[in-house]
Amino acid sequence: MTQPATPAKQEGPLLDGGGPRKSTSGDGAGPWSGRLFRPDVRTLSLIGVLVALALIGGVTKPDEFLATSNVQLILTQASVIGVVTVGMTFVITSGGIDLSVGAIVALASVWATTVATQEYGFAGILFTAVIVGVGCGLVNGLLIAYGGMVPFIATLAMLASARGLALQITEGKTQMVSIPSVLDLGERDAYLFGIPPLVLVFAAVTVIGWLVLNRTTFGRRTVAVGGNAEAARLAGIDVRRQRLYLYLLSGLCCGIAAFLLIVLAGSGQNTNGNLYELDAIAAAIIGGTLLSGGRGTITGSVLGVLIFTTITNIFALNNLESATQQIAKGAIIVAAVLVQRRTSHTP
Amino acid sequence: MAPEPPPLLTMDGITKSFPGVRALDGVDLEVRAGEVHCLLGQNGAGKSTLIKVLAGAHQPDGGAITWRGEHVTLKSPIAAMRLGIATIYQELDLVEGLSVAENVYLGHEPTTAGFVVRGRDARTAAAALLRRLGHTEIDPARLVGELSAAQQQIVSMARALSHDVRLIVMDEPSAALDPDEVANLFRIVADLTAEGVAVVYISHRLEEIRRIGDRVTVLKDGRAVASGLPAESTPTREVVALMTGRDVEYVFPERPAQLPLAEPLLTVRGLTRRGEFAPVDLEVRPGEIVGLAGLVGSGRSEILETVYGARKAEAGQVLVDGRPLKPGSVRAAVRAGLGLAPEERKAQALLMLESITRNVSVSSMSRFSHGGWLDRGAEFKAARRATRELSLKPDLPSAPVRTLSGGNQQKAVLARWLLRGCRVLLLDEPTRGVDVGARAELYAVIRRLADDGLGVLLVSSEVPEVLGLADRVLVLREGHVVHTAPARELDEHRVLDLVMEGSPAS
Ligand SMILES: Nc1ncnc2c1ncn2[C@@H]1O[C@H](COP(=O)(O)OP(=O)(O)OP(=O)(O)O)[C@@H](O)[C@H]1O
Ligand SMILES: [Mg+2]
Repeated sequence: MTQPATPAKQEGPLLDGGGPRKSTSGDGAGPWSGRLFRPDVRTLSLIGVLVALALIGGVTKPDEFLATSNVQLILTQASVIGVVTVGMTFVITSGGIDLSVGAIVALASVWATTVATQEYGFAGILFTAVIVGVGCGLVNGLLIAYGGMVPFIATLAMLASARGLALQITEGKTQMVSIPSVLDLGERDAYLFGIPPLVLVFAAVTVIGWLVLNRTTFGRRTVAVGGNAEAARLAGIDVRRQRLYLYLLSGLCCGIAAFLLIVLAGSGQNTNGNLYELDAIAAAIIGGTLLSGGRGTITGSVLGVLIFTTITNIFALNNLESATQQIAKGAIIVAAVLVQRRTSHTP
Repeated sequence: MAPEPPPLLTMDGITKSFPGVRALDGVDLEVRAGEVHCLLGQNGAGKSTLIKVLAGAHQPDGGAITWRGEHVTLKSPIAAMRLGIATIYQELDLVEGLSVAENVYLGHEPTTAGFVVRGRDARTAAAALLRRLGHTEIDPARLVGELSAAQQQIVSMARALSHDVRLIVMDEPSAALDPDEVANLFRIVADLTAEGVAVVYISHRLEEIRRIGDRVTVLKDGRAVASGLPAESTPTREVVALMTGRDVEYVFPERPAQLPLAEPLLTVRGLTRRGEFAPVDLEVRPGEIVGLAGLVGSGRSEILETVYGARKAEAGQVLVDGRPLKPGSVRAAVRAGLGLAPEERKAQALLMLESITRNVSVSSMSRFSHGGWLDRGAEFKAARRATRELSLKPDLPSAPVRTLSGGNQQKAVLARWLLRGCRVLLLDEPTRGVDVGARAELYAVIRRLADDGLGVLLVSSEVPEVLGLADRVLVLREGHVVHTAPARELDEHRVLDLVMEGSPAS
């Protein structure tokens, strides 16, 4: 059926008076230019939610919530899922989906903590985690880009097999890490100016992710493939190769996240990363990345992750059940998407 | 041919088949440097397919391509661009979520170290290209999704010019443009050819061919039935006969001797949307065709969409048979017997992946259902009758609409309302991209529908079309109705004057 018209019909003297859109700013090359520095309505509303949550936390548990150690805890917990979400944001922006992230994190974390791997020490663990992540991403990417499989199906299959393999490796046991240099990274002594190293990794991944999405040809191609794959192809972009790279990137992020998780937990487990796919997708979506592709924001995704982690923290501090917490998360997702539908309709 | 320089491009015996259709059946095309080579043919003749082969977007099944004396294969769009072949595609091929500058340089961004985009350089360069095209009002930093169709067409053009080109292919570039925009386009084409760039130009408007064309190649059913005809001296009648295989009288159907005196079917009173159009009053009687003439952006399409309920009016009323419609409700409008064939058929009307039959029957589904079960035989037969009436090609009811040529997609939309049998038909650019032969048929169909008692409200950028088809004409400028008169009292110059008067230079 014929649906309401595209909103972008106005033109000429009626609208061209140069609204806030007219970006005459120096830096930045497009719709997201400078968004990190000059936030738009959507980003502001996410920050607003975060502030509101902090208020709730501060009021209900004034002493505990605002303690330095608790803030450090929130940020540390956000780091693992945050790194995964950065990769997921790229994939979703390109119009795809990666359901296998949680399973890849699990597989990478157990593979990197087997007795055999631990013999190679710190480097062995880090290297294995990253390689396993990238390897799984490669399989996803090949199936989707060159095998013509739908991302939903290909990554669902990866989810099942990676989890299965992780279980087979561990036989259900927790694999303790015995490398001191790895464990030390999670200790208070390793904090730089009070910032845990894991958080620094998260921050680095975020900044690099932001730069890649907004400032490089790679980011531009990602948006183009998600916005209009045929137009991208006709513009001379190798759409298939781009898709392959995107799933590799997501796998790489999972590998890094797996390493962070090993540091954090001091062990590898086949149940690691449970439901990360849902958390990462939800964080990206409430951040403002379009599930249908063509628009993505790293800033939004990171704020989304922080919102979810803060909620979890507040619930834990107040000894509330995790069931209630799930309901709250669901409500936030719905609310955020509704708010965005309103704000994004003003051209 | 001995004294002449070798042609820039030769395509020899190109063949290309799609499942069930032989789109190109051994086509030859020869283009010289610095000429405007026009490619003509009916809807579905294979023009777009041919230029997609040339652009590297389709791989041909057979045939040879020679570029500047050398045999080449164009494996991908990039390969063609590297040779200096740029293409403006018929269906706009922009990424709405990227800015103008980002679209212009998509795939060949200016970079530092090969991967960091120099955004400012891209914007400056895009601004220069837009200036060259005479469109300084388009901000390179704006999102393409916020631009009008005409502005998007300009961006596509800027993109083609952003390459170092020797040959530019334009697939119906003028379809979405106003008369003064078209003049602007022709000026650019002249500049290009003066620099020695060759242009392959596709259009269904034969008068354009005579204005800018040097030579003409005519395609029919995937074959070149004439190549290299001189554009100036070949009579239009001959070209049309070559295209259609018969003599088409390019005339408008007879109007009824006198306007019917019945009560108005559709009455619009004080309909307003701020920033789009001022209060509009109009009436359409049964049997009457009312035309809205005006430039792109003068509010024509917006008025139609508001009458149809797809946009919500801020003030005013739409009445059908004297009964007011619920504002902003498409359902109410359709129930009352309104049908809209929108301007942007791809985005607004068609289910691209679905079959022709389903696209045609989608608004009349209840007619073929028994307790929710669809009688697919009846649906198929009825849809086929409607598409045959408009001679939609190919005559394969199960073919997905996506695979139809541009003009045939338009016919699928019209067939839908033909089948639905509505009482007031709102037609937005009904002949955009439709070939001459089918155009004459369409005009006849529209007039016949009116004679059967329908009311028709027609929007078209082509003034002769409005004047020839409509009984009464409303002239719009910047959202205001500036003149209303019976069509026979107006002529093209008068309408163009009214439409342009005092309008901004762009
Ligand atoms: N991707 C496709 N799959 C299947 N059939 C196709 C495809 N593209 C084009 N065709 C068919 O090939 C034939 C030629 O189509 P083409 O688009 O080249 O016509 P055209 O001459 O450009 O027509 P128009 O004037 O309407 O734009 C048509 O019968 C069309 O249905
Ligand atoms: Mg075509």
